[in-house]
Amino acid sequence: MLRRRIVAGVLVAVSLALLTIYFRESSSGGLHGLQSAGSSVLRPFEVAANRVAQPFRDAASWVGGLSSARSQNAKLRRQNAALRNTKIQLQAAIRENIKLRELLAYRDGTTFPTGYRSITTRVISRPTGQFDQRVGIDKGRDDGVGLNDPVVTAEGLAGQVTKVFAHTAQVTLITDPTSAVSALDPRTGASGIVRHNDPGSGLILDQVSKAQVVTTGDPLVTAGWRTKDLSSIYPRNIPIGTVGSVSQTDVDPYKQIGVEPLVDFSSLDWMLVLVKERPRP
Amino acid sequence: MILDGLKVGALVFVAAILQASVFADVRVLGGTPDLLLVALVAAALLRGSVTGACAGFFAGLVIDTATLEILGLSSLLLTLVGYWVGRYGETTGRDRMHAPFLAIALITFLYALGGLALRFVLGEPAPARAVLLDTLFQDIALNLIVTLPVYALVRRLLPPRPRAVRPEGAPAVG
Repeated sequence: MLRRRIVAGVLVAVSLALLTIYFRESSSGGLHGLQSAGSSVLRPFEVAANRVAQPFRDAASWVGGLSSARSQNAKLRRQNAALRNTKIQLQAAIRENIKLRELLAYRDGTTFPTGYRSITTRVISRPTGQFDQRVGIDKGRDDGVGLNDPVVTAEGLAGQVTKVFAHTAQVTLITDPTSAVSALDPRTGASGIVRHNDPGSGLILDQVSKAQVVTTGDPLVTAGWRTKDLSSIYPRNIPIGTVGSVSQTDVDPYKQIGVEPLVDFSSLDWMLVLVKERPRP
Repeated sequence: MILDGLKVGALVFVAAILQASVFADVRVLGGTPDLLLVALVAAALLRGSVTGACAGFFAGLVIDTATLEILGLSSLLLTLVGYWVGRYGETTGRDRMHAPFLAIALITFLYALGGLALRFVLGEPAPARAVLLDTLFQDIALNLIVTLPVYALVRRLLPPRPRAVRPEGAPAVG
């Protein structure tokens, strides 16, 4: 028992002595030198241990990296999805902004028909098939929309209101088979009716006699005719499209004129309903 | 006896080198396993206080030399660790299954505390909060995990000696 205590006591005393001397002496002292030499002796062992452990360390690092990469991957995927959504929203907002600016420019421009005011509306339902060329809009009777009101986009004529509800309305596009618009070639004065031809063949300018002059590329606008008691539902000079093709046959009294509409009916989003301004009392 | 001493010396030397070069870099949840402490505790439990104290002193010298720390600081602490754990093993702890784990948990705590106290006395940086609150529990847990294989290995290296019959009336400690 005593021997144990003596051994422990001696070792503790030596440790304390080492500690004291080491702490008191300068860095060039004997113990420091001894430690430096000892460290040099131990260095190869440490290097060897490091080399032996390196593959295990690499494996652990790889596993750790894999685990963190997985969690990072999941996190980045979530971020990516969120950013993708934000990007889509931003793109939609930019597109919407452009469309609205175009509508605003049209409304404030010189080509906007006089005697009309506009109601900006958004398309809420789209044509379900080739034979159904009607869209729903988010403005209705309560907003001032009336039956047969013309509907335009910044590019040109889109259609007319054919059904009106309190807060929504239905617009029949000029590409619908039931639609017909009196049109005019402002360059030559030739007039006719823009209507839908057979399904799949697009718009045509009908009822143009062979005597009238129409050339490919000519613009077509609404005629906006008016008689004593009747008038066209469309105001004058709303762009409809351009003449895409012109031909004629001996058996047909009218020219066959293909029309390329200005409005992209496949991507209708925002439109203006043109409402006649009431005459001021 | 000499063979045992050589074995213990080699054990703590290897453990100190591994601790300084490999295990010091291992970080698990902020904690670091102390292979040297575990190996020392295992050796002291199996070979008693004198061997424990000597092994602790030697281990301290090696680790302080390898890490260029204050020479004598680890020696002092590990000498005390080796002696106390050795005494625990000599009295009642050696044959108990939980002895290594109990010793490791307690010694890890006391070793950290003693290290902080000594450093504080010497005017060295002693981040008590970081050591006692941020990493101590992780250190204890990691040392307990390391204890199982290390103790089994040391036990294989230093098979328990047949225990001397305790004189009648001698107190059992632990």
